[in-house]
Amino acid sequence: MICDECGKNSATVHLTKIVNGQKNEVHLCEECAKKNKDFDFESPFSIHHFLSGLLDNVQDEPMKVNYNTIEKCENCDMSYSEFKQSGRFGCSECYKQFNNRLGPLFKQIHGHEKHTGKVPKRAGGEIRIKKEIENLKKKLDMAVKKEEFEKAAELRDKIKELESEVK
Amino acid sequence: MIKWLKGDATDKDVVISSRVRLARNLENIKFPSIMDSEQSMEVIKKVKEAVYDNDMGDFSFYSLKDLNEIDKKVLVEEHLISLSLLETPDKSAFLLRNDYKSTIMINEEDHIRMQVLLPGLDLEKGFDLCNKEDDMLENNLKFAFDEKLGYLTSCPTNVGTGLRASVMLHLPALVMTGQVNRVLQAVNQVGLTVRGLYGEGTDALGNLFQISNQTTLGKSEEEIIKKLKNIVLQIIAKERMSRKGLLNSKKLEIEDKVFRSLGVLKNARILTSKEAMKLLSNVRLGIAMDIINKLDINTINNLMINIQPSSIQKKLNKELTPKDRDIKRADIIREALIN
Ligand SMILES: [Zn+2]
Ligand SMILES: [Zn+2]
Repeated sequence: MICDECGKNSATVHLTKIVNGQKNEVHLCEECAKKNKDFDFESPFSIHHFLSGLLDNVQDEPMKVNYNTIEKCENCDMSYSEFKQSGRFGCSECYKQFNNRLGPLFKQIHGHEKHTGKVPKRAGGEIRIKKEIENLKKKLDMAVKKEEFEKAAELRDKIKELESEVK
Repeated sequence: MIKWLKGDATDKDVVISSRVRLARNLENIKFPSIMDSEQSMEVIKKVKEAVYDNDMGDFSFYSLKDLNEIDKKVLVEEHLISLSLLETPDKSAFLLRNDYKSTIMINEEDHIRMQVLLPGLDLEKGFDLCNKEDDMLENNLKFAFDEKLGYLTSCPTNVGTGLRASVMLHLPALVMTGQVNRVLQAVNQVGLTVRGLYGEGTDALGNLFQISNQTTLGKSEEEIIKKLKNIVLQIIAKERMSRKGLLNSKKLEIEDKVFRSLGVLKNARILTSKEAMKLLSNVRLGIAMDIINKLDINTINNLMINIQPSSIQKKLNKELTPKDRDIKRADIIREALIN
């Protein structure tokens, strides 16, 4: 078999790529394979390599012309396609920059798109209190289900108290 | 003696250790994979100051570039720092608390990775300690946080809580009775990750398995810890049941296996890492099942780390060929088991 890329050397590396459910086979010689960004010689099991595979599948909207290459993080200069390739963000601002394309990715990795855990104090008292209320409401539901009425009453008081702080 | 293994621990018959790790990043500063050396110094300085300003306990600071190759690898073998921290020695550093139970890694995959490592099953305490450290660091540092996505991390697999909790389990009876793969598959299906500590599946060296949460977004820290603990408790129960079953049906065979292993460990002059781990696993099982009662289970936990390649070389303070290591490994084990 001859290399798909250079058409000269015989192909020794066979790569199966799945993009949008379409199976794609590529046969390359060693040299061309090393240049191919889809093939990571150094770390074949790298989680990031695996992630970029996921990203190929979450190409949510049809490709716009050059959209990929133009979109760049203003803070760190990383482009969306660079992120796609490495599977790592460049800085915290990248999240804002690529925000509209990331939902499906998080959904695929985590099964969720929304954080419900800890909130740093600095991120503003208000968010913190709102999250705390959400949390207490969950606990309240549990307490009611388990018929722990005393605990439920306590939780209700706490929720009221916190709600008055936000308003 | 490995320092962090010391102290009280629960469920020691099956659990070696519990680890809780939080990933944090500073707002607007490039993540370690693309930062330059000036930025890395800036992050190191900020984190170091935050730790010392807040009186977070007795932490010593180490710069990766100041440590020699063997010392660095010993720290990895002792689970005090991660292998990935070694990848960029010119940019990375860490702070180690003097009881060795807490490490704050700087410029690993994220700007900050703090971990608490405790013997036995103790996830709540691990999280509690880690969480308090996080609160204190927050007094000085502005962490990258998004209202919807939570803590922002270099890799999208850590976003949200940035929490990775894991438990290291010794599951010899489940391996012996051929149940381990079924149990581990079930664990995978409920969204946890399992890997052999050294090696995969039934080939896991020393029958050691690490179970951790796979996802970090959409569940609170408490929920993540609770779920992991719940599953771990079920695995512990299964392992104990298998041990009981073995005692009932194959008492003599198990005793034979345990004492033969102890005999080899006490007498061998050359031991590969693979053979040693296998035999230590049998002896550990024997101690847990009260077949052997003159040895402490902690002695075995320690040996499982001390016989790793770099730890052996550290003890002799020089580089050794694999063959010499096998000889030295047998010496170390004999010495520990005979005294
Ligand atoms: Zn070619
Ligand atoms: Zn960026």
